[in-house]
Amino acid sequence: MQASRLPRYVDICVIPILNLLTALFVAGIIIAIIGENPFTALSVMLKGAFVYKGGLGYTLFYTTNFIFTGLAVAVAFHAMLFNIGGEGQAAMGGLGIGLVALSLGGILPVLVVIALAILGSALFGAIWGFIPGYLQAKRGSHIVITTIMFNFIASAIMVWLLAGMLMAPNQMSPETISFQNGVMLWQFHDILNRLGFDIGRSPLNLSFVLALICCFLVWLLIWRTHLGYRIRATGFSPKASTYAGYKPETIIIITMAISGALAGMMAVNEILGVQHRVILNFTSGYGFTGIAVALMGRNHPLGIIFASLLFGALFQGGAELDFEFQTITRDMVVMIQGLIILFSGALAYMFNPMLEKLFLNEERLKEPNND
Amino acid sequence: MTDFWFQFLLALDSTLRVATPLIFCAMAGIFSERSGIIDISLEGKMLMAAFVAAATAYATGSPWIGAIAAIIVSILASLIHGFACIIHRGNQVISGLAINILASGLTVIIGIALFRQGGQTPTLPRTSRFNSLELPFVDFMEQNVPIFGIIYKELLSDHNILVWAALASVGVTFYILFKTTFGLRLRAVGEKPEAIDSAGISVTRMRFQAIIIAGILCGLAGVYLSTATGAGFVKEMTAGKGYIALAAMIFGKWKPVPALFACLLFGFLEAVAARVQGVEIMLIGEISSDLLIALPYLLTVILLAGFIGGVTPPRAIGQPYIKER
Repeated sequence: MQASRLPRYVDICVIPILNLLTALFVAGIIIAIIGENPFTALSVMLKGAFVYKGGLGYTLFYTTNFIFTGLAVAVAFHAMLFNIGGEGQAAMGGLGIGLVALSLGGILPVLVVIALAILGSALFGAIWGFIPGYLQAKRGSHIVITTIMFNFIASAIMVWLLAGMLMAPNQMSPETISFQNGVMLWQFHDILNRLGFDIGRSPLNLSFVLALICCFLVWLLIWRTHLGYRIRATGFSPKASTYAGYKPETIIIITMAISGALAGMMAVNEILGVQHRVILNFTSGYGFTGIAVALMGRNHPLGIIFASLLFGALFQGGAELDFEFQTITRDMVVMIQGLIILFSGALAYMFNPMLEKLFLNEERLKEPNND
Repeated sequence: MTDFWFQFLLALDSTLRVATPLIFCAMAGIFSERSGIIDISLEGKMLMAAFVAAATAYATGSPWIGAIAAIIVSILASLIHGFACIIHRGNQVISGLAINILASGLTVIIGIALFRQGGQTPTLPRTSRFNSLELPFVDFMEQNVPIFGIIYKELLSDHNILVWAALASVGVTFYILFKTTFGLRLRAVGEKPEAIDSAGISVTRMRFQAIIIAGILCGLAGVYLSTATGAGFVKEMTAGKGYIALAAMIFGKWKPVPALFACLLFGFLEAVAARVQGVEIMLIGEISSDLLIALPYLLTVILLAGFIGGVTPPRAIGQPYIKER
């Protein structure tokens, strides 16, 4: 990260919004080039994401996924580690849930199984983050490359297990049998319907609450604990943390395990919340979206909630595009995501020189004596 | 035994076909990373090039024009990468990732807008593709020359021109990197950019030249996928090959010839994986092709962790160069 001389609110609010608008502007141009009206597309997306019955539920459902994967990337970022392995960690998290639910379901009480399954997802994700962390800290291999490789290894393991020993008998598709009745997280529309409110069906479930709790816990961890302080110190300068008397290696390993655990818990939303069995490719790129979310949210839990909401709306609204247009599909969302990563990640400081000129001049005008 | 020999030759033959895009991309990666720019956007550039090659070849009927258009687009993607991480000193990994994601969205959207076939291009007729070249005297060699005759026919003949170009690119890469002044400077810029700067050579310019070469090579890999082995563009047709090439480049320790062998090894594993599903092997039991596919990634992780010899990446890799004033 680059030191900025800009006022804090510019750094936190103006720049991310400017970057986002640039990305959307470029997306709009592309939509216009392929012969559609970008404003119509935008309004279709907004209606799909918030207005139609159940739309908001779907939006928040996707938001839940992105909160988990976004937090995972952010925690690692604080130690200056780039975890691209969210995809693989989430897949392994799903495996963790599956193994717990399938082996203990029916033996232990349902609530215990659910609790253990959630822990299982965190544990399996943590292991898939721990190994690259260990290899980076102790063997010097580059975390980016290792986590990319671990995504592919995880995907191969999932194919091997789901099309092999875990595959449901008499099934054509690679997936496990359904979990025992009740091993699932309640969906909001069920809960609200029972209380007498009528809301549209959506897969939004209690994982959303879990995600918000995780946001709070991450905030607590990073800014209010010794470990969090050490994580940030390690990110700032590994040498400084050595002088301060603790090993950056240990911090790197712990951070990656926590990051992996958060990514792994994304599976709670998809597997325990909706599918109630382990299926192939349920991560569908959400791990990568987490990177965009963390970049937009400036690695702060509050920012991540807003960024996740934005991406949740994009994903749900993008699904609506499929129905309304012949030429625009969900792939538009993938493209917008790429643009957002480009403009708010790689080109995050593109506008800094311009803004610095603007704001610092203004301040100079206010205080003429300083010149 | 002759049957086994024949099967082995066929496996080697498909190894060469599978390895071709990997070789192009690995060489592209070597140019970029040796100059200090991490390039995980091999995948995205290859995907964009594959789409443009097929679309242009379909429109013009000429695979050559398709190839040129594809290379131009791939270079443009490289320039975006350079704009972000050389000029604006952005994070190279993030920039590469953005290009990959952008490519997978953009190719499908434009594909649908142009052809209305769910993101595919129409199937290319033979005349708008790079077809395989039969080497001269194939039958004569097979009948009259023992052993080499059959190698000549089954392994060497019947490849398209891009397979040969990929192999040639290894020699060219080696020559440029290690036998020319340009190559010396390029390697220096990835190890110690200050030194190059103090010699009065522009670091920015060297790095841009390196990534443009990388763009050309990734472009060729894309051209090969959609207009040589394939007959058109299919959504997500690169399917992780860019990442395997990245792994092969690291496995080859950022050197052209070892990287070639890594590409061939990974290609061979993939060719074998397609053939061994369900085959029993003594002591090991049934081989799973699902797991065999993960072997290149696993080998790369093990190598990077220093369990089979050490690897030293270019020293200045990933760091934007800030000129001192």
